[in-house]
Amino acid sequence: MSDADNLGFTSNEMMTIAASRALKSEDVCFVGIGAPSAACNVARLTHAPDITLIYESGTIGTAPDVLPLSIGDGELCETAVTTVAVPEMFRYWLQGGRISIGFLGAAQLDKFGNINTTVIGDYAHPKTRLPGGGGAPEIATSSRQVYITMAQSKRGMVEKIDFFTSFGHGDGGDHRKRLGIDTAGPTLLITDLAIWKPDPATKEFTVVSLHPGATREQVQETCGWVVKFAEALDETPAPTELELKTLRDLQARTKAAHQGTAKGRAA
Amino acid sequence: MVKFLPLKEAVAENLHDGDTVAFEGFTHLIPTAAAHEAIRQGFCDLTLIRMTPDLIYDQMIGMGMARKIVFSYVGNPGVGLLRRARDAIENGFPRVIEVEEYSHAGMANAYEAGAAGLPCAVFRGYRGAGLAAVNPNIKSVTCPFTGEVLAAVPAIRPDVTFIHAQKADRKGNVLVEGIIGIQKEAVLAAKRAVVTVEEVVDNFADLHPNLTVLPNWTIAAISVVPGGSHPSYTHGYYERDNAAYLEWDEIAADRDRFQAWIRKNVIESSADVFAGRVEHLRKAA
Repeated sequence: MSDADNLGFTSNEMMTIAASRALKSEDVCFVGIGAPSAACNVARLTHAPDITLIYESGTIGTAPDVLPLSIGDGELCETAVTTVAVPEMFRYWLQGGRISIGFLGAAQLDKFGNINTTVIGDYAHPKTRLPGGGGAPEIATSSRQVYITMAQSKRGMVEKIDFFTSFGHGDGGDHRKRLGIDTAGPTLLITDLAIWKPDPATKEFTVVSLHPGATREQVQETCGWVVKFAEALDETPAPTELELKTLRDLQARTKAAHQGTAKGRAA
Repeated sequence: MVKFLPLKEAVAENLHDGDTVAFEGFTHLIPTAAAHEAIRQGFCDLTLIRMTPDLIYDQMIGMGMARKIVFSYVGNPGVGLLRRARDAIENGFPRVIEVEEYSHAGMANAYEAGAAGLPCAVFRGYRGAGLAAVNPNIKSVTCPFTGEVLAAVPAIRPDVTFIHAQKADRKGNVLVEGIIGIQKEAVLAAKRAVVTVEEVVDNFADLHPNLTVLPNWTIAAISVVPGGSHPSYTHGYYERDNAAYLEWDEIAADRDRFQAWIRKNVIESSADVFAGRVEHLRKAA
């Protein structure tokens, strides 16, 4: 896959752009760092100019010119409608039910949209200590819906995650309801190969659309569980020229800024 | 009442071996100079509280100063992992440390409860999350009005909190603006607070009335350290040194390289070097 010469775009670019298309101008989106941040800002710069992007540092309605390296880069505050304290962010805005989409990445994901970013191995004696949840445990349960984006790999998409950092659909079915969680949870997964949606009854993520050039076999080879495909499988529309240019310009500005060449050292 | 002190004295007077201490700043306004002064003075057996341990706790943990860390995100924001903290948690190097882990919502609520003088914080959290099973301090209470089961965590009450801020006036009142994070709550939750500032101005007469100002009687000591949050940043003064965060990933990956970096940039250095470190990050305008 990721054959930019044949297709004119990489699989990662397709992933980001497919994720951006899921967002609308009227969304209030709590943005996770990394792939979600790129997708949210491409949406804002193309078809969803009025989207409200919120980062957990308290910046509400932000419109950065480059992608932030951290969730608290200064430009997020400079371009925000308002910046609130972190307790207010989590209490009034997230817990208060004002977030329509929580957009998360994942180190490990299972077929029910449960996410692990805490440890590989045992919690008390981890093989790898990952950064942990940050805002994610409550973003996953207080946002009205959760979108997840990650590149596929057998290490990342696993039958059983090592730690439940953020609760998705648990064991599937009505597990969220049984725990008293009244939000929808993960409703969309966008990978570098496909778009997935949960089965209405079992809540298992099912492939509903393959990206251009991607095959069922590739999706299965890079996934640790037995993949279910929808009966009527769509093909994701390829990125438009505008989408690609917007994403590439954003990434070029970002790279220059973070290396300190554009805004930092030369300023 | 607040005292203006050189950083060395402010740290020596307010931090002690075995203390529970918070060096706060949510990506912005991280009190790096104060943390480096604490490393130079060689404190031990500290309980370190920070939502995002960031580089300063990676450094203090790497120097073996921490008995325990309390946190909600132990990563290098936007870069990856904190490699000295990992070495301590995974391998017990340079010493075994105890871990008490929360989510951001949990820590933010716990600081607010500390500031409010409450014993605990109550919020809608940790539903289905694994942290509740591994942290015995994450408990639940039932709402007496609706019957809803809510998460409860103990209030955070540090012995001492260190923060960085934009400026103080001559009376020692302190202004915090931009991403204010948890600065106000961390100061008000603590028994005593030490603030490093970029500058001191005559008065705050021209400030907007709703800005975050910490009155001088909430603070034990103020030290003027221009650039004192580098490689974090101070809104209105200089930008985050993202290149330094990327570089830290390589420095911290190797135990010897880490020690050499600390020797050169912390042990054999002083708070005076911070102004020079942010020169290229100040806005041209």
